[in-house]
Amino acid sequence: MDQRGRILIEDVVKVYDPAGAAVMAVDHCSLEIEPGEICMIVGPSGCGKTTLLNAIAGFHEITSGRIVMDGEVLCSAERPKATPGPDRIVVFQNGALFPWKTNLQNVVFGPVMQGKLARREAIDKGRAMLADAGLSGVEHDYPGEVSSGMRRRVEIVRALMNDPKALLLDEPYRALDSLTKSVMHEALLEIYYKNKVTIFFITHDLEEAIFLGHRVAIMTTRPCKPKKILNVDIPHPRDYGVLTSKRFRELIEETNDAVHEEALKAFQAGEKEG
Amino acid sequence: MEALPGAPQAGETSRLGLTMFRVALWLKSPRPYLMLIGFALFLGFWYLAVEVWKLPRFREMPGLTSVVREWLSPSPTYGLSIYSAEYYQHIAMSVWRVAQAFFLATALGVPVGLLLGWSRRFKEYVFPVFETLRPIPILAWVPLAIVMFIATESAVVYLAFLSSFFATALNTMLGVQSIDESYVRAANCLGASRWQVFRHVVVPGALPFIFTGLQISIGVSWFSLVAAEMVSGQYGLGYIIWTSYVMVRYPTIVIGMVTLGLVGYTTSAMVRIAGDYLMEWRVRELALAER
Repeated sequence: MDQRGRILIEDVVKVYDPAGAAVMAVDHCSLEIEPGEICMIVGPSGCGKTTLLNAIAGFHEITSGRIVMDGEVLCSAERPKATPGPDRIVVFQNGALFPWKTNLQNVVFGPVMQGKLARREAIDKGRAMLADAGLSGVEHDYPGEVSSGMRRRVEIVRALMNDPKALLLDEPYRALDSLTKSVMHEALLEIYYKNKVTIFFITHDLEEAIFLGHRVAIMTTRPCKPKKILNVDIPHPRDYGVLTSKRFRELIEETNDAVHEEALKAFQAGEKEG
Repeated sequence: MEALPGAPQAGETSRLGLTMFRVALWLKSPRPYLMLIGFALFLGFWYLAVEVWKLPRFREMPGLTSVVREWLSPSPTYGLSIYSAEYYQHIAMSVWRVAQAFFLATALGVPVGLLLGWSRRFKEYVFPVFETLRPIPILAWVPLAIVMFIATESAVVYLAFLSSFFATALNTMLGVQSIDESYVRAANCLGASRWQVFRHVVVPGALPFIFTGLQISIGVSWFSLVAAEMVSGQYGLGYIIWTSYVMVRYPTIVIGMVTLGLVGYTTSAMVRIAGDYLMEWRVRELALAER
């Protein structure tokens, strides 16, 4: 297995300064994510976990600390904003397939824009990858014409077309109903077993986190930093049988209190979602 | 929108098929018949109010039958009907002026609007001036237009252009601002350059608003044209309406008005069709939502 996609988050601080009143969103947060690991970040809505993802992706500046991927400093106090790039691709909460492009046009967008593949080659590769994910039937449909579950899968294929080191998923299944969600989890794992990329996955759903992750980082509510890190010792590959296993239940019980405590704090502080 | 090799064939047939399907659906729905009833009620009221009941204020108006008789007459009393060549010259003149104004307004308004939405710096320079000029009614521009352009023809086109331009530019700007930030971020993640983001995200993302703007634009272009033609000009539908008033040819006024309505409706339908053609993705989405 190649060793790419190690993300080091070192002592990162993010202070927002709306209207002169400094708000600390991320507080001296350190986290080491192994190459090819599925690292789940769990915390209540508005705890600052998306801020962390935006810093890795390069959408927002950090205040201090640094983030390093495979030896390359993405951002630091000297250069507070990383440059977004195809080595770490975000899959957005509400989905960001371009509605004006067909699913296939969406999927080939990355390699064609970067000039990495000729259009013809990109189309062949895109077709193959869509077929691999069981999405051949929707190549020429627009995203608005297929179910939201399919849109998420197409979006992940669009990301994987670029051979990224890491996928950054920001509560991608939040808007889906629980049945679709369970199908999506298995589909994500299936894709992951074929393309071992590092996955940085934000959620507020503890069951989702334990089912998918190698490790689950439970974050404190704003300011955000790891409160507890759980090693999920259920072996991969996993399927939905895991959900009813004894070990799964034990892990939930072990962590539920910590998550609930933070959720209560967030609720009492009246944090806005985001 | 560029088509992928292999896709266009399927795209073409499905587009035609979709149009046919929508037409069939429309004919099966009560909508066309409600539309006819709507027209019948409107015309019936006109007829009854003017010619049968002779209601106060309506009494002086040209009646439905006298207008229709004049309009369809091979030898019209006031010289203007569907049989007179002059009638079509007036229509052609107005259409030609609106076409020039509309294309000019689109060619300038869309880029200006895109820049206003895309570049904060450009907006800071331009938008305050833009917003100061925008509310000035078209009739207030007439004296200056006549001074600026010695030829009345370009003055008329300029007046029709002005309000069109503002409508297009403003809607285009709002269109750019309406684009979800995640699309731009996604494009950045996928390695698109700033220009590629503009070309593949900003322009298509703003297109629905641009076409809303163009629909408004063609409408305001017509009514400022008529205002301009009333003030100066020797041909055109606005000119007909005004001179017919001065010469007391009341049925001809209404012929001018009805013709304006029909031609205006046709042009805005053409803009809508062009929009549907460019935004197949949106047509399909709306069709799925049964709208």
